[in-house]
Order: sequence, then C-alpha cells, then structure tokens
Amino acid sequence: MTPDRKRIYGYLAEFESAAALYQAAARVRDAGFKHWDCYSAYPIHGLDGAMGIKRSILPRLVFVGGLTGFVTAFVLSYATQVVIYPTVVQAKPANLFTIPAFFPIMFELTVLFAGLTVLFGLLALIRLPRLNHPLFESRQFQRVTDDGFFIAIEALDPSFDTQETHTLLAEIGGANIELVEEEDDDG
Amino acid sequence: MSSTTQTAPEARTDIKLPVLERETLILQGRSYQWITERVCGILENKQPLLWWWIFIPCSLMALIGVGGGLVRLVATGVGIWGNSNRVMWGWPIVNFVFWIGIGHAGTLISAILFLTRQHWRTSINRASEAMTIFAVICAGIFPAFHVGRVWFAWFLAPLPNANGIWQNFKSPLLWDVFAVSTYFTISLIFWYLGLMPDLATIRDRCKPGLRKMLYGLLAIGWRGGNRQWSHYEMAYLLLASLATVLVLSVHSVVSFDFASSVVPGWHTTIFPPYFVAGAIFGGFAMVLTIMVPARAIYGLQDLITMKHIDNMAKIILLTGTIVGYAYLMELFVAYYTGAIYEMDAFKFRIAGPYWWAYAVMMSCNVLSPQIFWFRACRENLWVVMFVAMCVNVGMWFERFVIIVGTLARTWLPGDWKTFSPTLQDVMLFAGTIGLFLALFMLFLRFLPCINIAEVKWTLKESDPHHNDPLIPPDPGVTLIPAYQKEYSKS
Repeated sequence: MTPDRKRIYGYLAEFESAAALYQAAARVRDAGFKHWDCYSAYPIHGLDGAMGIKRSILPRLVFVGGLTGFVTAFVLSYATQVVIYPTVVQAKPANLFTIPAFFPIMFELTVLFAGLTVLFGLLALIRLPRLNHPLFESRQFQRVTDDGFFIAIEALDPSFDTQETHTLLAEIGGANIELVEEEDDDG
Repeated sequence: MSSTTQTAPEARTDIKLPVLERETLILQGRSYQWITERVCGILENKQPLLWWWIFIPCSLMALIGVGGGLVRLVATGVGIWGNSNRVMWGWPIVNFVFWIGIGHAGTLISAILFLTRQHWRTSINRASEAMTIFAVICAGIFPAFHVGRVWFAWFLAPLPNANGIWQNFKSPLLWDVFAVSTYFTISLIFWYLGLMPDLATIRDRCKPGLRKMLYGLLAIGWRGGNRQWSHYEMAYLLLASLATVLVLSVHSVVSFDFASSVVPGWHTTIFPPYFVAGAIFGGFAMVLTIMVPARAIYGLQDLITMKHIDNMAKIILLTGTIVGYAYLMELFVAYYTGAIYEMDAFKFRIAGPYWWAYAVMMSCNVLSPQIFWFRACRENLWVVMFVAMCVNVGMWFERFVIIVGTLARTWLPGDWKTFSPTLQDVMLFAGTIGLFLALFMLFLRFLPCINIAEVKWTLKESDPHHNDPLIPPDPGVTLIPAYQKEYSKS
C-alpha cells in the first residue's frame, strides 16, 4: 500500500431522499461492495434488506446477560440466606422453600444485567465511542444528522476503484460526490 | 382441480371499505430541517425570561429545602423528622411513593407505547423520560435519609456487615432497593440511548469550540450509519421490552412494602395493579403539567399537537377510572370479607380525622378526570391543566390516605396518634418539588427536549416506499378524513 493510497478514506455521495437512498443502496449492494454504509438522520426501515445487512446479534448477547443476572441473584440470595448465615426473620424459614421470596430480586437483577448488556453490547457492536472519524472531515457530512442522506464507500473495499466507484455513485443518483481523505499523521 | 392453476378470485370493486385516515402527527408539513432548527433552537438561543423566573426560585427552593433541610437533619438527628413515632414517620414515605410513581409515565411512554407502535409517543418521550429520571432522584432522597444514619446507607447494598450477617433478602424493603436502583439505571440507559443521535445533531451544528467538544464527547462519535442504526434499533427494542416488564414491577414491589405486612388496610392483593395504574395516572398528569406550558413557551405546537394532548387526556381518564375501581373494590372487599379490623380501617379513613384527605383523593382522582369524556374538555388546555393539577394533588393525598391514614390506627393503641408534619417534612417536600423543576429547566436548557431522530422518522417521506408507483392505493378502500383539531395560531 502506497502512502498516498493510505490517506484516502473513500467516496461520499449525497442522495436527495430516503427513497433515493433506498434504491441506491440496493445497487451498491448488487455491485458487490462490503465496506460501505448509508447515513441518515433517522433509521430508515427496510434499508437493512436493501443493504444486505443481517439481523443484529444483540438479542443473543442480551439473553446471556439476562441469564447471568438471574443466576447471580439466585446464588447471591440463596447462598447468603440459606447457606452462609441462615437468619429467621418474622418466623420466615431459611431453606429450599424460601426461594419464592427471592423472586423479586431475581427478576430485578435479570432486567438490570440484561439492560447493561444492551448498552455495552450495542457500543461494542457499533464500535463506539470513537470520537474521530475520517467522515467528520467532510463539510457536507455535517448535514447527516439534520436532513442529509449519504452513502460512503470505503477505499478499504476490494471492489473500490477511484474511477469506477465514482461512476457508479453518479449513475445511481449520487450528488456532491466527494473523495474523503484521512489526516495522515503517521506519514 | 389442482391448486396451482387456481387464480385468486377477482377483487370486488363495488364494495368500498370505509377506513379512517390516520391523523398527522407533525402538523403543517414541517421539513426535517425545520424540526432540527426548532428543537435545537431551544437550547441554542437565549432562554425566555420566564425560564429564569422558574429556574431561580426553584433552585433556591431546592437549595434551602433539600440542601439546607438535609444538612439540618443530619447535623441534628432524625428525631426532628418525627421518625421516633410511627405515624409521624409516614410523610417521607408518602413523598417517596409519590415521586417514584410520577416516573412511571415516562417509562410507559418510552417502552409500552413503543412496543404497541404508538407513534405519537415520539414527540413526548424524551421529556417524560427526563421527568422519570428527575422524579426517581427526588424519590431516592427520602429512603436514603430515612434510614436514620445516612452514612450507613450502604447497609442497603448486598454486602455483609462486620459480623458476616447479610441483608434480609426476604424483606420487601430490600426488594425495593433492588427495584428502584434497577429502575433508575435502566431509565438512564434508555434515556441516554435515545439521546445519542440527537446529541450528534447538536454537535454537528455547533461551531468548533468547547461546546462542540462537550456535545461531541456525549455523542461518543455517532455517525448515523445504517450499520449503526440497525444495531441501535434492536437495542432500543430490547430495552423497551425490558423496561415494560420493569415498569410494571417497580410499583408492584413498592406496593409489597405495604401489602406484605399484616396491617389492616394494607394487607390486600389488589395493591400491585392498583399502585401501577395510579402511578401511570399520576405520571401522565405530571407530563401534561410540564409539557403543556413548555409547548406554548417554545412554540412546539406543530410537534406536540392537540392529538398528543387528547391521547394523554384519554389515558388519564382510563387510569383514573381504574384507580376509582380499585378504591371502591377495596371498600367492597373490606365489607364482603367481614373482617372487622379491615372494615374499621376503612371507616377510619373515610370518617376519621383524615376524612378531608380521603375526600380530596376521591374528588381529584376519580371525579375530576371524568370530564375528559367530553371532547370539548380535552381540547381546552385550561381544563386539561386544571385536571392535571387536580390529579397531582390527588395522587399525593392518595398516598397520604394509604400511609398516614393507616399508621394512625394500627394494632397497638400506644401507637395511635394524629399526624402533624414537622418543619423538616415540609422543607424536604417543597425542596424536592424545587429540585425536580430546576432539573427539568436545566434539561430544557442543555438537552434536546424532543426526540429529533424519532420525530423525523414519523414523517411521511421518511418511509422509502411512501411514493412508490409499484404500490398503488388500495381501490377497495374509501378514506374518511381524520378529525384533526389544529390551532392555526402558533
């Protein structure tokens, strides 16, 4: 990889509406690109299919998280109340039949652990926090959180070509096509 | 006849199915840009003078009431709070249940209405989630200091004490600790997750500088790519489902504090659903109390429309009626079981020295929402605000009736006493009202009070297929125009 090449992040193209972005996404997908993304101010429903993105694996992580919380709560309450130091309060026994009294805490910790897994699992999956990104160098990209619809194809992609990708983006209706470059601090 | 050659029967064109059109949620065909401008404008422009007129007195109230009150309490001892007597003890618990209940509407709007695909929630969910968090903060103050020596409040956490004895996990009070802290954490995650794209919007609008850096840090680099949105939407759905069961459980657990005791008037199975309905009822009243003025002050009439207010009024009517049913059912069950102590407890509530509190509760919570049966009342903002205020008062008195009205006559005559609040009680309650409003004012000042991304999503043109020529309008349907009340003046 040449030092010049390293600085190119990819192409950024603007589209005029959600419908246009949707149509264009299907074309980019069919062209066989892998490292690219559609950007919008709100989630566009159906775009996952148009882009060929699989369903998120977050629910599986959360299931494991919830299960961990459930087991933690059970062990915490059973071990401390029945095994380590059985205390009889208000004549309530401390044995196997005490378990129903632990249900509320088991429920709460299931929800708590699952909820924390949602947050941290999500951050891991979308690779945030990441405060700097080459796309932030683009002036027009600032409109993405307002009313802009963009497609960015990364130079990292094997199908990427400075000429052909530009032509493709123009063909599928992209406007303001811009070559986004990374600040090359190493060079 | 094989099924492969069969064709679908010809669609009948002579029958037209009347279908009621959906009401538009965002009025006057506002654009994406208008929504961004209007919501971000609130925190980018100078605040109206009224903001200061509310913020300064409220923060003073919070400072003197909560700050000063707690310093005085801790420095002197909980005796000045009246905690040495079981009846006097009641007021902080009343406030705790009151505030924690307020929070429930926020979670209901953000979670249950999300799962049931009620798109009108998008305009009000941010503010009501903020309200949830501030209400839970206010609620948390009471039990934390009610334990007596606040520096031992960590005894509530599941850690063994010096003798190796653990907390009593069979106690509803410990369940409560888990329920409320989980509720706060999940609400905070939910709120922050919703805020992330909107914080990025503000970041992208800021000029380079400290402000941009701070919002940029909070937005943690959100870019709005669909590969992010895809996971994000799944996360939101999961959190909504978790919060749905959570919101139903939290106030149930709070009600266990009472229901699992053996005190007449408390020991009833109706408590969990009754408390949850009451919490949602009181919470929606608080949402209206805050949002109706905010909408007028910041000119958000096209985002928070009369439709939103109408829907909230209907929920208040429904939950208010459920609460009324619970009040009557309590009385009926007390009579029907023939338990004399139970009956006496209710006689004491209705005709005892606290009859006025019972009357306030009944008229504010059961009677006042009934005027929402009339459309004209739901459309008159003064009436809506009046009812919301009534419900705020009524729900506080409901907890007063339940807690003080019961503790005043428990089993031991030695405990019998007539309640009168101490200075400390009044200071702390007033202080939390100030704290709640001051925090809400800060929220309006620094964070987007409307969920920009979700509101944009409800616009017609946000659906990639909204103008698809391949999907023609259904010929078998006649659209009946929706009834839409609009305020032309904005």
